[in-house]
Amino acid sequence: MRLPYEQACRGETKTMNSFSDFMGGDHSACDALYAEAERAVDSGDWNVAGKANDHFLNAMERHFNMEEQVLFAAFEAAQGSTMGPTQVMRHEHSQMRQLFQQMRDAVAEKDVDAYLGAGETLLILMQQHNSKEEQILYPMTDQVLAAEREELFKQMEAVTAE
Amino acid sequence: MNPAALSLEQAPPISVPLRFFLTAPVFGATAALLLIIFGGDALTSRWAPVTLAVTHLLTLGFLAMVMVGAVQQLLPVLVGSPVPRAKWVSRIMHPLLTLGIASLVAGLAGGGTGLMYGAIALLGSGFLVFVAVTASSLLRARSGHFTVTAMALSILALTITVALGLYLALGYTGAIPMARQYTDLHLGWGFIGWVVLLLAGVAYQVVPMFQITPDYPRPLMRFLTPGLFVLLGVWSLGRAMAMVPDVIATVAAGLIAGGVLLFALATVCVQVRRKRRLPDVTLDFWRLAMASLAAVVLTWAVGLTLDKLPGLLLGVLFIVGFAMSAVNGMLYKIVPFLVWLHLNNQRQIAGLSLVGVPNMRKIIPEPAMRWQFRVQAGALVLLMAAAVWPVLTSPAGLLLLLSMVWLGWNLLGALRLYRRTLRA
Ligand code: HEM
Repeated sequence: MRLPYEQACRGETKTMNSFSDFMGGDHSACDALYAEAERAVDSGDWNVAGKANDHFLNAMERHFNMEEQVLFAAFEAAQGSTMGPTQVMRHEHSQMRQLFQQMRDAVAEKDVDAYLGAGETLLILMQQHNSKEEQILYPMTDQVLAAEREELFKQMEAVTAE
Repeated sequence: MNPAALSLEQAPPISVPLRFFLTAPVFGATAALLLIIFGGDALTSRWAPVTLAVTHLLTLGFLAMVMVGAVQQLLPVLVGSPVPRAKWVSRIMHPLLTLGIASLVAGLAGGGTGLMYGAIALLGSGFLVFVAVTASSLLRARSGHFTVTAMALSILALTITVALGLYLALGYTGAIPMARQYTDLHLGWGFIGWVVLLLAGVAYQVVPMFQITPDYPRPLMRFLTPGLFVLLGVWSLGRAMAMVPDVIATVAAGLIAGGVLLFALATVCVQVRRKRRLPDVTLDFWRLAMASLAAVVLTWAVGLTLDKLPGLLLGVLFIVGFAMSAVNGMLYKIVPFLVWLHLNNQRQIAGLSLVGVPNMRKIIPEPAMRWQFRVQAGALVLLMAAAVWPVLTSPAGLLLLLSMVWLGWNLLGALRLYRRTLRA
């Protein structure tokens, strides 16, 4: 359950009228899924844990795809360069994907320590990555891509985790 | 350009923060040694030379060392703006501060005016560099988060603290008359202005990140740190310069205490609603820190009504209970992550496989952190007791020594693993 002030804090009661809101909200959703997966692994029920991990990683992949295929691509096109901040973000995505693989392997091998170690590392990497996006990159996209916003929202809604 | 190199460019080289982090426990252990050697004499009066030496070994030697290292590391991540020429800056700053702290401490302990002059020159220039680079980075900050304001104000407060400290130190040389009327201002700006504001600014972002909690309430983030800063100003004008009626200064002090308590309670509240539920040493350190901070405010309020402030107990609670705990907990997230990040990037640049890079839990093992936490908490309890019964000072010092050596060992272990993996 969400507490009222928590909703207000995260801007969830507002309509989505910026990339910051749209993508930032998705970050929070992914965070929550990670917490669930981590708890399931710690409880030792690998059936539940496997599902929770898939659920989390799918949400992450979908988020990355929304960025790489739609948002970053549009931003790079508007800037006429792929060498800017999106390049660092893409690189961090690739680092995180390696940790995804370690987490999948840990689930397959039912190795709690390996999972929690990779998960903790991923969490911190992901948080500092998200913080850079939320505070720097998304506000930039809000400015640069304002005119195409509705169209890009639609395209991002259609993206899958594959 | 290789993107791994680009992302490394944003973060300073790992040697930049690590040299500060590794120096901190050495100063902490030195403080503990003084407590062991001097026993009760170290904890009987605010003004005893050993007490002042221990105080600065902990505030400058431990806290400032970690914070100077951490700020350089956090600026690119939390406010999106790296420190200019981080490597060179830290090569200059680290020896200035380290030698400056050592000579200040020796000077305070009665080592003579030469040491005091040395300390003034070294610390004055060391902090000047720090304030200059931090300010220039904050001015270029691309993030509008409340953290930026909090950090900027805390750096300003540090400047005031240092300026007052240097002035007080000049009093020790005999060059100017002792200006004890400024000592309370010095510690007020140091504790509330610098330490609380900086930790609050960092907590706004880091507490939700590490534990997956809701954000702090926005009004609190917006008003708390500027409010505390202004109130400190009002309090100072009243206390030291009699430019404001005493009643107003007292009210300001009360509001400051209320604000500090609010920060401690808000932190506990958001942490209670955290989504992560597994045991976590950093979380325990932060709970200890917030409990101590609340205890500082309550002890202060009780002492005030009884007209008998227990200065040493307040100092122990604030420095060891609140500030050292929070910083120690942060170190256990920052250091393993940095080691992982740099290993990962280095190997990627070298085109090596990433399979061999150990995850965070392998970099500093959980039980080692857990036990150091227990020893540190034990040291805090004994130090609080020693502030009331000075006979307990030496045993308290012994526990603090153990805790500091252990912390240093854990951090060193991370560095050794880094070196080993880099070569592998
Ligand atoms: C360049 C930096 C600093 C210098 C040169 C310095 C110098 C001094 C001196 C000379 C005193 C003795 C005052 C007296 O005898 O009346 C003093 C007291 C004190 N300073 Fe500092 N200081 C510095 C930084 C700090 C910082 C950063 C903090 C804490 C955050 C701090 C906390 C204190 C405390 C708590 C006292 C003790 C007051 C007492 O025992 O009641 N100092 N400082």
